Amino acid sequence: MPASRTASRLGLRFFALGYLSMLLLIPVGMIFYRAFEHGAGAAWDAVTTPEALHAFYLTILIAAIAVSANTIFGVGCALLVVRTKFRGKALLNAAIDLPFAISPVVIGLSLYLLYGREGWFGGWLLDNGFQILFSLPGMVLATIFVSLPFVVREVVPVLHEIGDEQEQAAHTLGANWWQTFWRITLPAIRWGVAYGVVLATARALGEFGAVAIVSGRVTGETETAPLWVWREFGQFNLTGAYSASLVLAMLAIGTLLAMNAFRRKEAA
Amino acid sequence: MVAPLPRLGGAALGRGLVTAYLSLIVLIPIAALVAKSTEGGLGEFWDSLTSPLAVSALKLTLIASVIVTLVNVIAGTAIAWVLVRDSFPGKRILNSVIDLPFALPTVVAGITLLALYGTDSPVGINVAFTRAGVVLALLFVTLPFVVRAVQPVLLELDREMEEAAASLGAGPLTTFRRIILPNLTPAILAGAALAFARAIGEFGSLVLLSGNLPRTQVSSLFIFSQIESGNTSGAAAVSVTLLVIALVVLLLIGRLTHWSLRHAR
Repeated sequence: MPASRTASRLGLRFFALGYLSMLLLIPVGMIFYRAFEHGAGAAWDAVTTPEALHAFYLTILIAAIAVSANTIFGVGCALLVVRTKFRGKALLNAAIDLPFAISPVVIGLSLYLLYGREGWFGGWLLDNGFQILFSLPGMVLATIFVSLPFVVREVVPVLHEIGDEQEQAAHTLGANWWQTFWRITLPAIRWGVAYGVVLATARALGEFGAVAIVSGRVTGETETAPLWVWREFGQFNLTGAYSASLVLAMLAIGTLLAMNAFRRKEAA
Repeated sequence: MVAPLPRLGGAALGRGLVTAYLSLIVLIPIAALVAKSTEGGLGEFWDSLTSPLAVSALKLTLIASVIVTLVNVIAGTAIAWVLVRDSFPGKRILNSVIDLPFALPTVVAGITLLALYGTDSPVGINVAFTRAGVVLALLFVTLPFVVRAVQPVLLELDREMEEAAASLGAGPLTTFRRIILPNLTPAILAGAALAFARAIGEFGSLVLLSGNLPRTQVSSLFIFSQIESGNTSGAAAVSVTLLVIALVVLLLIGRLTHWSLRHAR
């Protein structure tokens, strides 16, 4: 290999590593340092106050509901898109991807307008005793919206790849639709589903903009973990903000590990 | 075909349920937004959109997003190249770390950058409350798009073409420009479009970095502040504009990718 090639290779490597370090690795490393700057005790105390614990509880609860709903929808929708023909399929496909193209604040505003007192649904629902905005249902709706495409998008290519010969065979042998799905299709797509669930969960746990608008941000009631971090940082309770950020960052790193594991299983 | 879903009634029911879910979660809320933005007529829509604050926010959003997209095109392609063609210890870990910006909550991304490049920066770089900080945060959250779009194409790329070019006397730069780049262009464009769409709507990572100042107020922050002060029709007008820009960019790039895929060979 000529010397110039080696030089350009090393140059590129240096650039890529430098860019990633400055933008990603060192900043994320700093979170660890900042969280423990005043000792592990202070960090622990900051994230175990009742308000902080409630925020984490709420975040996990909302993510669990939203991801479950989107998983059932995602698998069903992927089956429909891949295994059946119907008019308007291109339109459906475009609609599924919409949440990726919309700003979280815009999503929040849409729900705010729809379920507010003046909104199409809000007035009637409020008159009948259903509070959507500034309470759990609104926050769940916002989180479902932002994490909707992940499972569909991961399962569709897997369904294409496995084909439908086995499903046809099962059907020929007398299996009904549910048996075919449960015994043949689901086992074949399980790692794709798992991958989509992990991505959707990461997105749901971190959702900020949409939830910031629809939740009303009442501390100890409708404040999720990311919103708690925001308020703490704004009030200069830096140890708390950095410690909770560290917990959320650890969740994100756990997500990456799960993604890697599932990707390898999928490839195998 | 349709053997595994033999009952027409079942498929129709599934189609109905999926459409109902999508409508309830996504389509009806967006329809409510569009309705609100045009409630006072097109004149009012235009007035909200052309108020000085809205214009400066939209300008900053677009300029920052274009800068971020261009940087991503170059840096993302270079990183993908290094991850596929180079080998060094720790490459596999580096490869999985690329996705961290997707997994990290956006508000944590903002705090992460402030921890190193904030007011008490240990390296003496302070981008808090500046436009440079806005660009930095957008670079952080959009990092994976181009890398992850280019990487699989580069992996699949036939190296015989490059070797043929090299054996015919082409230098590395010529080989890259004439052989590799044309093959990568559709993927780079697709990644760039996603990065741009993400950048114009980004909110969480900017909310702390921008410090709520007019000079760092991008459109998403403008929308948020308008909602907080009760001006929902103004917020809706800018929201619809952002939405339309994102959709147009994604559609155009989709077309362009399709076109260049057909004309690449």
